[in-house]
Amino acid sequence: MGQYIIGIAGNPNCGKTTMFNALTGARQHVANWPGVTVEKKIGHINAGTDSVELVDLPGTYSLTAYTQEELVARNFLVDDRPQAVIDIMNADALERNLYLAVQIMELGVPLILGLNMMDEVRKSGKRIDSARLEELSGCAVVETVARSGRGAQELLRSTLEVAAKQTGEWKALNISYGPDLDPVLCEMEKLIAEAEFLTDKVPARWTGIKYLERDEDVIIKGRMANTELSEQLEAMAREVAEHTRKTLNMRPDALIADYRYGFIASMIKDVVTYPASSEDRISRSDKMDKVLTHRFLGPLIMLGIVYLIYEITFTVGEIPMGWLESLFGLLGDAATNLLPPGHLQSLVVSGIIDGVGGVLGFVPLIMFMFLMISALEDSGYIARMAYMLDRIFKIFGLHGTSVLPFIVSGGIAGGCAVPGVMATRTLRSPKEKLATLFVTPYMTCGAKVPVFLMLAAAFFPEDSATVMLVITLSAWAMALLVARLLRSTVIRGASTPFVMELPPYRMPTLQGVLIHTWERTWEYAKKAGTVILGISILLWAMMTFPELPADRVAHYEAQRAAAQSEEQITTIDNAEAEEAVRHTLAGRIGTALEPVSELAGFNWRVNIALTGGFAAKEVIVSTLGTAYSLGEVDTEEALPLSERLVADPAFSAATAIALIIFTMLYAPCFVTVVTMARESSWRWAAFSVVGSTCLAFVMAVLAYHVSKAFL
Amino acid sequence: MAQDMCLRKAKVNQRLKIRTVSADGELGRRIRDMGLIPGTEVTVIGKAPLRDPVALRLRDFTLTLRNSEADHITVTPLED
Repeated sequence: MGQYIIGIAGNPNCGKTTMFNALTGARQHVANWPGVTVEKKIGHINAGTDSVELVDLPGTYSLTAYTQEELVARNFLVDDRPQAVIDIMNADALERNLYLAVQIMELGVPLILGLNMMDEVRKSGKRIDSARLEELSGCAVVETVARSGRGAQELLRSTLEVAAKQTGEWKALNISYGPDLDPVLCEMEKLIAEAEFLTDKVPARWTGIKYLERDEDVIIKGRMANTELSEQLEAMAREVAEHTRKTLNMRPDALIADYRYGFIASMIKDVVTYPASSEDRISRSDKMDKVLTHRFLGPLIMLGIVYLIYEITFTVGEIPMGWLESLFGLLGDAATNLLPPGHLQSLVVSGIIDGVGGVLGFVPLIMFMFLMISALEDSGYIARMAYMLDRIFKIFGLHGTSVLPFIVSGGIAGGCAVPGVMATRTLRSPKEKLATLFVTPYMTCGAKVPVFLMLAAAFFPEDSATVMLVITLSAWAMALLVARLLRSTVIRGASTPFVMELPPYRMPTLQGVLIHTWERTWEYAKKAGTVILGISILLWAMMTFPELPADRVAHYEAQRAAAQSEEQITTIDNAEAEEAVRHTLAGRIGTALEPVSELAGFNWRVNIALTGGFAAKEVIVSTLGTAYSLGEVDTEEALPLSERLVADPAFSAATAIALIIFTMLYAPCFVTVVTMARESSWRWAAFSVVGSTCLAFVMAVLAYHVSKAFL
Repeated sequence: MAQDMCLRKAKVNQRLKIRTVSADGELGRRIRDMGLIPGTEVTVIGKAPLRDPVALRLRDFTLTLRNSEADHITVTPLED
């Protein structure tokens, strides 16, 4: 009986997460590693009398601590000292996958090698002698196929055996780094061991290697622990670096990598046997790539796939969306019947149920989109999209992998910037990540769609579909141009290398896709339950208080009493509603902004709607409806409002264009801002709010005057 | 004996052996972590629609990198 913490490490695309899911099932939860936005997944397993906490480390190719993921993985091994680590390896690319394993062995953590994807290895005719690998590496080796769950239980059993036997004791592997580095490394090891320098956590030789590799993280920790010795070690490393530069024209870190691969090559020689005809074997993935990334066909197919996602999301997602809407309608009716008319009823029905319902209504759409994007991601296609688009994105100072956040945010109209902003985690470079974060909310998210649809239907009824397409494309153009501007001003700097693996195409597993979809959808739904609830209540209050003074109410009462027809009463009702809205806090803000917003053709009503839209873009249409004193306007049935807008002499087609542009570009909604701050910093989020709003205003003013001149 | 050349100049389907990797710092480390070290055999298996990045096959997997990164790598073409 025992309690174990077991880490699960591996390269990206090696099936690590699939294995993690197979081992833990639904008993897992997601969090972030403290201080960084790298995902942390923990699962609990009860194996007989043992209780295991399985920690899914971020996928890395190495433990060099160059990226956040690598640093997180390494710090977990060093600081948390798990009893054992499972390294899941894509056995089909054993050589490269062993590079990470060798680094874990050098650290000395008890290691179990999971040779995954053995089905693919067998299919390709390759043979892997896992008994020989076990002998040569000194680690337990288990053959698995994570997709079908085969070998999972055996892997867990071996791991627990190793953990129980070795009881957390580290036995580091020593590799020879050749005649240039070995002598100095020996000397360093002796000095480190004598001074007990960092040896409570890591082997002495490992620290020496890190000094030779000029590993900043270790050197900083070393300086804090023992400045004098650290300086001595740094000097030794510098000296040998100078020597290798002169004699071999190489730096020690390059030399170390070469020797590690040399060690792996000597090990693998005995383990892997290739079929005689392997030279002309063209794999299925290569054949697919010939078509899917073809010079002309590739981009066309990509457009087709993007279109398909859009179609399926909207046609299929619409159905459960309708159910949810009726559910919230029923809830609203029930609350109206249960509660006496008055402020409480209004708060519950208009504030809470409508506000939260409006956001939760999008959950089915988000779910379907994530279902498809997760499937595409797991199939390996998203990597091809990044590959095909990198050249274009590079021109604008972004990275091929920026594609994913763009699409999730509404690059195909209908996404949501919140998961989009979260998707920027896949970007390794901080600069490109910041630029992507900033422009990602320009995309046409699901909340902006009703606004654009309503305006398009009102002012360009003949070609509203074309207008929607133009809007989506303009959003991309603006995002790319602003990114270019940012990358040449505020976040200048060289582009990050695009050294990326193209994983072979694989059929996504249902479990993996469902878990991914669930995690992301839940994140969105949680926001509706918390932040949006607060904002809805706040907005409701702003649009309700202060109320009309008693004498004005009495004035309208008197008018109504004197009214002759039903029609007159409606006119009076509308006039009262308009005055009431103008009198509230929101109305006063809207009116106060009029002198400035007039430049873009916006009146006080539009101002109220846009102010509300900062909370959540979903409320723009409904707020505009209220402000145009139509009472409650369902965002799905926006037509009466569009007629009203066309009838308003102050609202022209030019105003509509300016409003579309402003809505596209101005401050991201509040929840996105919070998410953005979590992914970067509050300063950057604040800059995004102010910067984007200024840009939006300038563009809107420009658009208003240009279109007024031409239309 | 074939002439050494820059990886950028390699043609699709050409088999090559890496001679030198001159990049330092993050780029150098990423390139080496992925297994692009001297002595490795690679084949250019494709180029993106705009001719950049390129896709390479090495050690049983496929890797992409930009032309500007390929500039740091010299290769020797292998005779078939």
